[in-house]
Amino acid sequence: MKTLPPAADLRQIRQRAHTMRRHVLHMAEIVGQGYVGQGLGIADLLATLYFGELRHDPKNPAWPDRDRFVLSIGHYAIGLYAAVAEAGIIPLAELDTYGADGSRLEMSAPETTPGVELTGGSLGHGLTQSVGMALGLRLDGKSARVFNLLSDGECQEGSTWEAAMAGAHHGLENLFAFIDCNNQQADGPPSKVMGLEPLHKKWEAFGWHTQRINGNDPAAILAALAAAKAVTGRPHAIVLDTLMGRGVPLFEQREKNHFIRVAPEEWAVARSQLGEAAP
Amino acid sequence: MSTPRGVTGSILTSSTDGAAQTATAPFGHALVRAAEKNPRIVGLTADLGKYTDIHVFADKFPARFFQMGMAEQSLVGCACGLARTGYVPFATTYAVFATRRAYDFIAIGAALGRANVKIIAGLPGLTTGYGGTHQGIEDLALMRSIPNLTVIDPCDATEVAQATQVIADYDGPVYMRLLRGIVPVVLDEKTHRFEIGRAKLLRDGPDVAIISTGLMTGRALEAAAELASTGVNAAVLHVATIKPFDRESVAALMARVPCVVTAENHVVTGGLGSAVADLAVEAGLRVRLRKVGIPDVFCESGSIPYLVRRYTMGAPDIAAAAREVLR
Ligand SMILES: Cc1ncc(C[n+]2csc(CCOP(=O)(O)OP(=O)(O)O)c2C)c(N)n1
Ligand SMILES: [Mg+2]
Repeated sequence: MKTLPPAADLRQIRQRAHTMRRHVLHMAEIVGQGYVGQGLGIADLLATLYFGELRHDPKNPAWPDRDRFVLSIGHYAIGLYAAVAEAGIIPLAELDTYGADGSRLEMSAPETTPGVELTGGSLGHGLTQSVGMALGLRLDGKSARVFNLLSDGECQEGSTWEAAMAGAHHGLENLFAFIDCNNQQADGPPSKVMGLEPLHKKWEAFGWHTQRINGNDPAAILAALAAAKAVTGRPHAIVLDTLMGRGVPLFEQREKNHFIRVAPEEWAVARSQLGEAAP
Repeated sequence: MSTPRGVTGSILTSSTDGAAQTATAPFGHALVRAAEKNPRIVGLTADLGKYTDIHVFADKFPARFFQMGMAEQSLVGCACGLARTGYVPFATTYAVFATRRAYDFIAIGAALGRANVKIIAGLPGLTTGYGGTHQGIEDLALMRSIPNLTVIDPCDATEVAQATQVIADYDGPVYMRLLRGIVPVVLDEKTHRFEIGRAKLLRDGPDVAIISTGLMTGRALEAAAELASTGVNAAVLHVATIKPFDRESVAALMARVPCVVTAENHVVTGGLGSAVADLAVEAGLRVRLRKVGIPDVFCESGSIPYLVRRYTMGAPDIAAAAREVLR
């Protein structure tokens, strides 16, 4: 079942995604390097979730009935901080402290920061705990759901598949896994490091209701969420093909890297390229 | 744009401690030299080839290098399998992932059967600004408690290079901490000789003994020089092999000084300081002891100089501990 979201929502989500990309550039410029490609590439998903799907209370991030957004991939913190600041969970001004000594916006997201459900970063933890949260919420009779964001590289960890088996075995329809296939990991593209494809077929074979979509298209993400919610008795995998650096051609086109260094004069170019892409 | 405060660096950042002399990728180059002599040496990594210097070996011997993807249990298990077919595998990842994720595979796969596997573990202790998930602060305690396993924490580029050759020649399982990237040179390669299980007295002095391991030895030497300028003469004993522990050298030194400071790039529970304290009591030695190391906490993120200050891990902290224990 595919239902198209109202046009106004989509416009708002695209606008938020754009603003979040501006935050990502701002934070990355302060530290001069980093996970810019990931932050830009995942902004469409985070904007769609925070402004189109998640039930949460920015004034009370610990609300027991909230939907959980679980970031396994701690190094994507830059993207999450942009989202939770935009959503009003942390002050926008605090983004200036990203990565600074003593800041709570650590380069890899710690759970002591509001809006961060668990300490990711040691990859392969997120889905295991998401399964536990989904079981706990279901046992409590709550309608809250768990949305876990994993990466393509993370699908190489055995624990991810142990958790995938458990999610299907326990029929966790309140569990949603997004897998960011940006075709990159530390030593290069997964096809060279450790082949993963056909990744969606693996999730399917593990018993998950699985879709594969363009992860940079909020309309496709909303449609996939609608389709997933119509399926009962199984957890949901949404495999996202995304473009690292999305929205800034300078980063979209340069040689892809897990951690990029940016020359000081490139930031102005990046900012103006993003500005031109405003929705 | 200016950065008002220090920031967490790239995970590729090296911690050079402001050394005058450095060497690049000493492990990678030493492994190539060892592999030129021994065709049975093979290399493996878990998606951290670029970040553990083994890329130098991979470029030179592509057919003898295996990328295992980000899967540390598989990395260690596969290395053990290679050892069972007569190869000498060097497997690299970060200390946290080798020890926490693949512990069972090291204990049973490598150590129980004495497989000829070399686990090379990057980002030991506070050599990364990435917080609790990436700082290998308790690996020595974990590895030291596994029977049959040799555990090494080299001091600098000289020792990383020497130890790489020595463990390639040694038949048995080894866990070695890795200093990667641009690495300080502290020890003179002409006079220093790394040997498994042998502590090295780098400086002698009657007032206080600093017993150190890993990169803390460079800081211990700095502290000793500073103490000497104020009339305190410290000995510095470098214990690169945490296991087997050189009980004789350590006990002999402790028997002739009134006070001891241990210094390790590791939590103060279960590492070098604990081994020294155990030995002192077992040998009936009456020494006053202070342990310099990471306190019993998960550390935050930040720039390395900030973390070294915050967790009192610098040369001035070693000197201060020496003065305190002398009082
Ligand atoms: C268990 C574990 N092993 C290794 C690492 C080191 N590491 C950090 S990110 C990364 C690459 C993971 O792939 P992915 O998240 O797809 O990378 P990206 O798309 O951000 O380049 C690796 C190997 C880690 N953080 N956790
Ligand atoms: Mg990736």
